[in-house]
Amino acid sequence: MFKLLRPSLLMLLVMTVITGVLYPLAVTGLAQAMFPRQADGSLIVRDGHVIGSRLIGQPFDDPRYFWGRPSATSPQPYNGASSSGSNLGPTNPALADAVRQRIAALRAADPGDTQPVPVDLVTASASGLDPEISPAAAQYQLARVARARHLDAEQVRRLVAAHTQGRWLGLFGEPRVNVLALNLALDAASH
Amino acid sequence: MNANDWLQMGLFLGLLLLLAIPLGSYMARVFADTPNRVTRLGGRVERAIYRLCGIHPDEDMGWKRYTLAMLAFNLAGLLAVYALQRCQAWLPLNPAHLPAVSADSSMNTAISFASNTNWQGYGGESTMSYLTQMLGLAVQNFLSAATGIAVLVAVVRGFVRRSAQGIGNFWVDLTRSTLYVLLPLSLLLALALVSQGVVQNFHPYTEATLVQPAHVAETVKDAAGVAHTHDVTITTQTLPMGPAASQIAIKQLGTNGGGFFNVNSAHPFENPTPLSDLLEVLSILLIPAALCLTFGRMVGDRRQGWALLATMLAIFVPLLLACTAAEQAGTPLLAHLGVDQHASALQAGGNMEGKETRFGIVGSTIWATATAAASNGSVNAMHDSFTPLGGLVPMWLIQLGEVIFGGVGSGLYGLLAFAVVAVFIAGLMVGRTPEYLGKKIEAHEMKMASIAVLIPCALVVIGTAIAVMAPAGVAGVANPGAHGFSEILYALSSASNNNGSAFAGLSADTPFWNVLLGICMFLARYPLIVAMLAMAGSLAAKRHVPPSAGTLPTHTPLFVVLLACVVIVVGALTFLPALALGPIVESLSGH
Repeated sequence: MFKLLRPSLLMLLVMTVITGVLYPLAVTGLAQAMFPRQADGSLIVRDGHVIGSRLIGQPFDDPRYFWGRPSATSPQPYNGASSSGSNLGPTNPALADAVRQRIAALRAADPGDTQPVPVDLVTASASGLDPEISPAAAQYQLARVARARHLDAEQVRRLVAAHTQGRWLGLFGEPRVNVLALNLALDAASH
Repeated sequence: MNANDWLQMGLFLGLLLLLAIPLGSYMARVFADTPNRVTRLGGRVERAIYRLCGIHPDEDMGWKRYTLAMLAFNLAGLLAVYALQRCQAWLPLNPAHLPAVSADSSMNTAISFASNTNWQGYGGESTMSYLTQMLGLAVQNFLSAATGIAVLVAVVRGFVRRSAQGIGNFWVDLTRSTLYVLLPLSLLLALALVSQGVVQNFHPYTEATLVQPAHVAETVKDAAGVAHTHDVTITTQTLPMGPAASQIAIKQLGTNGGGFFNVNSAHPFENPTPLSDLLEVLSILLIPAALCLTFGRMVGDRRQGWALLATMLAIFVPLLLACTAAEQAGTPLLAHLGVDQHASALQAGGNMEGKETRFGIVGSTIWATATAAASNGSVNAMHDSFTPLGGLVPMWLIQLGEVIFGGVGSGLYGLLAFAVVAVFIAGLMVGRTPEYLGKKIEAHEMKMASIAVLIPCALVVIGTAIAVMAPAGVAGVANPGAHGFSEILYALSSASNNNGSAFAGLSADTPFWNVLLGICMFLARYPLIVAMLAMAGSLAAKRHVPPSAGTLPTHTPLFVVLLACVVIVVGALTFLPALALGPIVESLSGH
């Protein structure tokens, strides 16, 4: 056993240098050269300030904005420093209560709307940072946003359509709308 | 299930087979005893490594020496990861100034990553420094996977060699697995992932100014202990950074599963698009599937490899369909509240709690089934929030012993143990000494195979019993009732089969859970490997028996059915009573 100690330690050292130092440095170098924007977090910069990442959702609860998925991160929703899902089981009464509250909040922001609520708009995402909602969830909120901003519903509809991404190659994943990008476009259109 | 669900599942399986075939034949060349194009190409680097470490690559090790080398190397790695975590506060590359990790958590994580489990009791972005992630965790991602492949190759040599003493050289197998298989595939995958938006940098965490400031109620206790609630306005968001892509690539390819961030591949910086999701989920099953075909080539009969792959698919596909159907159906609880769970052109529908919009239902269930089957343990959705029957699928796949694909290398040597049991049962039926691949299966091989099959079963059942009887065990449970029991059963199943995924509501970063699960992960990995290498040593020493009229052919559909039945019967008999107390009773009471 003792005779195996030396090769074990040396092998660990060599492999640590190869897989723990050279490999991540090589990936970092190549990534920064080939895809610098993505490698640095797909940041959205306005006037020299970072106002978010295209890939990380932000909390919205103003009726003038489209709302994203409910977020279970703590202490505040969409806490980028601590990603988390709710981990509530499907039969847990706490899940029913949370969904009831979310439906009530959506209805309070738009009392006239009695359509059934799309499921992704009242269920917490896995990461708590989901940047996207389904096109159904965007459509559900469309009239509210247009009214709150005194915009033409057709104009908002066009903005939503422009920010809707289909499946990759029409096959993989799900159609979706990037909430932060859409809300920034709304702000630009309202000015 | 809708048409797109079927299409995505079919395309996934088709792409998997398409990629596994060339990789399988490539790996057969990597581990061939004779020099060839592949090993000549990297020969210089390889020889330099051997020289540096004082290793004689031509030494043919007996099974005991092979085992000792593997154990010594893994022990060194385990201690290194432990030390890194305990000292990270004083080491460089810690821009978030994270403190040293506690002793029990460090112990758990060190075993977890050395044993290819990658159970995570901690949250990545709030616990581990960049240095710990790179030099400790990412390195073990490579080395634990390489150890698995090395052991598999040694076991296969046991079947191939005739009247031989040696089963290969551990250092050579380890080095070749890393240099020729894991590193090149990881490099390609990492760059593809960065192109999709996975972060890869050494920047400190970035502060972003929120577009709409958020108002949250914060409760603070004053000096007298009276709680006051007041509104807090939050204007910024912390965006985590780090060298994530390089680590995510190997955690997927090496069936490791330990995420860079807390929510693993559900995090948009870890898995940002449908394409990144497809690449990552294919990587989970790629090497385990390809190794079946490598096995076929090494034993000189490719049909033997296809038979094992067919066995895996025969169990995998029905369970994938069951999981997708259960999740797509949604939950009755939300249907009562007037929530629209129907799939349409505009939404995935179904049970979206704990799932990401871009993956929807089918993207989440393909991943859940693959990660459970392959002992990967990474997640892109929260299994704790799956419907009772949807969550039963990954749990039972883990309990089947991680042999349906299973870990890199470890899945196939586990299935070979089951194959030995299967030919033994067939031999009993006709009253002949059983044979597998031209080697007689006798008492010693049966003992070793039985040990390998029974260790994980025993650990799950005994561990769960301990946890539900201990107050400290029950204290970690998050959901009430039967679902709480499921959380405990899932955690023990995951640790005792080196999977690493969780019903993550369970608060497992406590001394009780860290120690219990640490012991399970250790015992599930190393004693099992020793048993398999002992079997390999005894098989290698045997003479080759030519097949006769009484030999059971092991490449036929009949054998595939027999083997699948043995796997299912062991898994069903051991775990049905426990599953009845968890997901099954929850499903019955939830409607």
